[in-house]
Amino acid sequence: MLLQLDSDLEFFRETTDRFLSEKAPPHELRRLRDSDSGFEANFWRQGADLGWTSLLVDEAHGGGSISGDRLVDLSVVAHEFGGHAAPGPLGPSNIVAGALSRHGQHLELLADLLAGSAVATWAISETVPHSPFGSFGLEIAVDGDEFVLNGTKRPVESAAESTHILVTGRTGGGLTQVLVPVASRGLTLRPMSGVDLTRRFSVVEFADVRIPAEMVVGAVGHAREAVEHQLRQGLVILNAESVGAMQAGFDMTLEWAIDRYSFGRPLASYQAIKHRFADMKSWLEAGHALSDNAAAAVSAEADDADELLSAAKSFIGEFGGELLQECVQLHGGIGLTFEHDLHLFLRRHTTNRALLGTPADHRRRLAELVIARENAA
Amino acid sequence: MTAKLEDPESFRERAREFVIANLRPSSGSKLVGILRDERTDEEELAEVAREREIQRGLFEAQLAGVCVPKAYGGQGLTPAHQAVLNDELIGREYPMRLQSPTFAPCLSVLLEFGSEEQKLRHIPAILKGEEIWMQFLSEPSGGSDVAGALTTAIRDGDEWILNGSKVWTTGAWWSDWGLCLARTNWDVPKHRGLTVFMLPIDREGVEVHRIEMLNGSKEFCQEFLTDVRVPDSDRIGGVDDGWTVGTRWMFHERMGTNSPLTTQPKGGALSGPDALPMVSIAGDADVLDDRRALDLIGEAESLAAADRALRGRLGDGIAAGTISDQASAIGRLFAGRVAIRTTTIGMDLAGAAAAAWAEDDESLVEIGHDYLMRQVSCIGGGTTEMAANVVSERVLGMPRERTLDRDVAFRDVPRSPSH
Ligand SMILES: Cc1cc2nc3c(=O)[nH]c(=O)nc-3n(C[C@H](O)[C@H](O)[C@H](O)COP(=O)(O)OP(=O)(O)OC[C@H]3O[C@@H](n4cnc5c(N)ncnc54)[C@H](O)[C@@H]3O)c2cc1C
Repeated sequence: MLLQLDSDLEFFRETTDRFLSEKAPPHELRRLRDSDSGFEANFWRQGADLGWTSLLVDEAHGGGSISGDRLVDLSVVAHEFGGHAAPGPLGPSNIVAGALSRHGQHLELLADLLAGSAVATWAISETVPHSPFGSFGLEIAVDGDEFVLNGTKRPVESAAESTHILVTGRTGGGLTQVLVPVASRGLTLRPMSGVDLTRRFSVVEFADVRIPAEMVVGAVGHAREAVEHQLRQGLVILNAESVGAMQAGFDMTLEWAIDRYSFGRPLASYQAIKHRFADMKSWLEAGHALSDNAAAAVSAEADDADELLSAAKSFIGEFGGELLQECVQLHGGIGLTFEHDLHLFLRRHTTNRALLGTPADHRRRLAELVIARENAA
Repeated sequence: MTAKLEDPESFRERAREFVIANLRPSSGSKLVGILRDERTDEEELAEVAREREIQRGLFEAQLAGVCVPKAYGGQGLTPAHQAVLNDELIGREYPMRLQSPTFAPCLSVLLEFGSEEQKLRHIPAILKGEEIWMQFLSEPSGGSDVAGALTTAIRDGDEWILNGSKVWTTGAWWSDWGLCLARTNWDVPKHRGLTVFMLPIDREGVEVHRIEMLNGSKEFCQEFLTDVRVPDSDRIGGVDDGWTVGTRWMFHERMGTNSPLTTQPKGGALSGPDALPMVSIAGDADVLDDRRALDLIGEAESLAAADRALRGRLGDGIAAGTISDQASAIGRLFAGRVAIRTTTIGMDLAGAAAAAWAEDDESLVEIGHDYLMRQVSCIGGGTTEMAANVVSERVLGMPRERTLDRDVAFRDVPRSPSH
């Protein structure tokens, strides 16, 4: 997160922070472990009232920005979500709302998403050899005034809690996005197990799912640019949230090291341990800086936005994972227990690390972008 | 009354005009590598002379010392203007050797602690390329424990007489002035008996020896000071108050090329790692379509981007006062880690050419030597261990290490048997 937020944004951050401390404290997260949806409908509606769902939506459609930079606003909320390992479909709802607003379509659903009374999600990921960077196996065929969908998407976040799924697939050589009601015939959800206590994912299978032509979002066969746009937003959210989780794990471990004694002195007085904290601090600050720079580059539609996003996603995934595992190590046995809160942040980070491209995927993509830039020069 | 500052765009135009008219293109990749032994002494001296000439040209074109006050020959402009100059210098020759340590930390220390007379005498000369400065800090007895300096200055009327030795100065044999930390009182605790002086390196009694590094470079130097006379007017800061200067000196050193006083085009040797050299190495090693090579190139670029982003965050935060000066140690630590990993990646991409290369191996030449010299970036400018101490103790507030050198007269502090 930025070192300094303007006062309106700081107020917004603080409100979110306070709300999450109150409504989603660790014991509530533990309770939600056994719930089907992973979050309470009422919690989400109240969050929507605080402004969580409107940040990518145009003013004309009831949205708005606080600082003037939507992605900065959203990454502040995402950072707080990470810092509380908070429940709720923050990423999916915002991305779908942003897409509907951008295209000015399906405004009724958009209004419900804004109010938090409905949830929608985005189905982008598939299994290898496909990748979120533009290679999809799911087929969206045009048949008269209907679309016919065939294929499988996984993992899809909060699919079972959603009324609609924004599905990205291919139509001939191009990409198309359609809004599919979850209740459609031929659509089946298989709930998946996962590491996060409150994030739910499903395998979504489409077997000859037919939906009317008006369910398209954007233009048939010409969705590539929109998909890339959504992917950038998704990566900004994941990065900010992961850095929030790193910060929370780091803070709690620093406090522990100062408080815990061994051989008559605090852990924090051992140089071997101090130096590990110094490295962790550098990874943490670099993570903040990269996440913020990437968000700013996406907002500014800068040429290096994709490079920065991939640099951030791979760095935060790799070093954030190391940081949180170091936190476990420095806690000793208690760090491996369910009773301790540390794992809440390790879980959130681990989930985000694996979504929308692993660190290795992003390193390769980054290399390809750098080589392409070098060749163009 | 504050005069209106030149707007960055007109500054950019002036800079561009100067750059195009005066500076030769330079291939960024020529500047990669770690203190390589690639020039004869004559060639090295010619390059130093060329850099002085460029600096002189910058001065005449009113582009030198962008953030240095006008009273001392600078431009009195902002870091944003410096960034513009850095931008315009991309792909061009620039006075690389003059940046560190002359502009930062030496000029920074002069600006902060020099008397008016000292500033007027030296800062314009530095900006004209007439004075290249060295830091006389490290000694054979130790560099990390800077305040443990043994080099001694004894007062003799209006002069001081210096005796001792300084070491690990890079390029002292072609430099002009030394900023020197010396002990002026052995009967008080170590931090309270130090004083800072400046001295010309060609003064009588200063003997400069060159030291061969493991890759053959002879830029490392050691200075032996024997009865060197320094006038009291060349003292910086108070007598025995050298550590007040010293702590800020260390800060400016850790700021390194993050300092707005230094010029550092992206892609130049001082601008921090960048993955483009890795692309050249992979290309010359013919592994560009190997998945593992892509992974390594991506890793190098993600680390480089992290390093750049971190510098920006820390620089902005320190300038705005939202984080403490000590946070510069976070950047120093991270930069060291990134640099050594990048060097290893370069070696792995080069394959067997890292062990033995042919003349026409292009970017693979000398990669093996760079790897042997890898730790330079974790030792020079204060080690990463010292930076980790600062981060943990001063930034994170963890307990200080126990030491045996506080609250005792420096002469009673235990020392290595060999010193
Ligand atoms: C390229 C280069 C350029 C340089 N230029 C200059 C220059 O211009 N002027 C100048 O004065 N010096 C210069 N130096 C010297 C440099 O500042 C010192 O080498 C450095 O500060 C370490 O000091 P030392 O070599 O005496 O090692 P020592 O201080 O003896 O340290 C040896 C090892 O012990 C570790 N260590 C020491 N104390 C502690 C501690 N308290 N806690 C944990 N670990 C510790 C160190 O990190 C290091 O790993 C340069 C060095 C290099 C490589």
